Amino acid sequence: MRREGLMRHVATRLLGLVPTLLLLITIAFVLIRVAPGGPFDGEVTLPPEVRANLEAKYHLDEPILQQYFRYLGDVVTGDFGPSFRYPDWSVNELIARGFPASATVGGLAILIAFFVGTGIGVFAALRQNTAIDYSLMGVAMLGISVPNFVIAPLLILVLAIYAGWLPAGGWDWSWQSMVLPVLTLALPAVAYIARLTRGSLIEVLHSDYIRTARAKGLAERVVVLRHALKPALLPVISYLGPTAAVMITGSVVIERIYGIPGLGSYFVQGALNRDYTLVMGVVVFYGIIIILLNFVVDLLYAWLDPRIGYEEIR
Amino acid sequence: MSEKSSPAPSVEDAFALAMEPEDVRGRSLWTDAWHRLLKNRAALVSGVIMTLMILAVVFGPWLVPWEADFTDWDHTSAPPSLETGHWFGTDPVGRDILARTLEGGRISLLVGLIATLVSLVIGVGYGAIAGYYGGVTDRIMMRFVDVIYALPFMFFVILLMVVFGRNIILIFVAIGAVNWLDMARIVRGQTLSLKNTEFVEAAQACGVDHRSIIRRHIVPNLLGVVMVYVTLTIPQVILVESFLSFLGLGVQEPMSSWGALINDGAQDMESAPWTLVFPAAFLTVTLYCFNYLGDGMRDALDPKDHV
Repeated sequence: MRREGLMRHVATRLLGLVPTLLLLITIAFVLIRVAPGGPFDGEVTLPPEVRANLEAKYHLDEPILQQYFRYLGDVVTGDFGPSFRYPDWSVNELIARGFPASATVGGLAILIAFFVGTGIGVFAALRQNTAIDYSLMGVAMLGISVPNFVIAPLLILVLAIYAGWLPAGGWDWSWQSMVLPVLTLALPAVAYIARLTRGSLIEVLHSDYIRTARAKGLAERVVVLRHALKPALLPVISYLGPTAAVMITGSVVIERIYGIPGLGSYFVQGALNRDYTLVMGVVVFYGIIIILLNFVVDLLYAWLDPRIGYEEIR
Repeated sequence: MSEKSSPAPSVEDAFALAMEPEDVRGRSLWTDAWHRLLKNRAALVSGVIMTLMILAVVFGPWLVPWEADFTDWDHTSAPPSLETGHWFGTDPVGRDILARTLEGGRISLLVGLIATLVSLVIGVGYGAIAGYYGGVTDRIMMRFVDVIYALPFMFFVILLMVVFGRNIILIFVAIGAVNWLDMARIVRGQTLSLKNTEFVEAAQACGVDHRSIIRRHIVPNLLGVVMVYVTLTIPQVILVESFLSFLGLGVQEPMSSWGALINDGAQDMESAPWTLVFPAAFLTVTLYCFNYLGDGMRDALDPKDHV
């Protein structure tokens, strides 16, 4: 029964993604086309014939609506088109080249954020209203308030320039070059998850069934880890979807500061250069990832909380 | 001691005491909330620091002896010192960091206020209409919010900035226009419960039209919740603006904001770390205080969170 409901739910949800994606593509398409200047307005003014040839090659001379539907058709077949500013590259190739680094940093950061964040949260919740609790939560609020573009230069200054332990930037897939970017990206999420976990665990620990468990004489460890933690983690799980989006956004800054050849840096460059296809490609690609992650998180949520049927989550 | 010195009050006295006008006056939601807020030391201290910060940013630039764009060629990249008069030091072209930080703060806080106002107007309007009319209208409007919610909105802000150039008014609008979703959701939820109350029914029975009911009866009652979220939106908005300015997409020279200053500072941090540290500290303290104050206000106005 439940499995059948799950399959039906997955199917409807996947169908529901279509309008979201369509809207995403449309907004991005309109915005980038409305932007003044085009991909071929460089420092050098091109001769009109060359320009006309280029525009014909990339179908920029067609009516805008036709271009829009051509693009939609291409995206459906998984083709993001050629890049305008990197002439030998297709957008798919650029994404394939940039994504591994971005995904590594983002994935590691999410893992750290989840485990360290919940750890700190549980630790603080069990010492509710003590000095340790207050100072941990104060530090966590600091972690939420300090933007990553402030953390990053400070970390570089202290750990790379003054102490000289780690490289200040660059990316060579060594663990040393990963530490600072991952740390910078993870810290705000660690702080947020810690506060979230603490709050919800304290609430759960006050509920009746926990009192029952304690009355039965269960060890505190069992009460917390076995009975309280799972429901307390629900808000954290539902926060993981938005976190992924925050991480992806943050990566734009992180990649710039640390000189990581990832997707975020392509996006900013592309937007500034009016590289229409590259910008669209990155937005649509990341949009799909965020939407899918939210979807997975919803399923996870329903799986963790038996009170919620798949029909209820939208 | 005191029990001995004053005779125990009789039942009549106690009754008379209880009937004193001062004592029977009920405590409103707002008095209660205010008392709870005053008890929250972190929120209180944050409020005080924030007030000082706002005063410093508003009046500071007139008190600092340096103009923000004055270049003191005798002291370039000078470290903070009392003798040169550059308390926070100078940047590589000799501009006073204190003056620039205060000036930048004006822009950052202004963006925070105005963009929040934009998101407030859109969010409250949208949420109140969806919640009040309910039914299909509500479902379509909130479905739209859900869809927008799923989009990587920061990318759209960046695109907006690229599209419309780095116009400061547009920074306000662009940031406000993507930040109203939370507000709309919360307002809708509140409106849903408000619209079934007796006073709204009474207004409907009197034949007041829907628009006036929303304006005169629903929106004023949303004030508490909205205030909390305004306090929590301001730091978000300031952050987004700094983020844009840091990427070089926000305000432009000679104007500057904390984000732009941090970006400048990060370029020179090896030779002149103070150019980074001071603007970063101002921004962080401001965000910290807004967050704590917002948290405190939410706790104060929403007692059910208290366990």
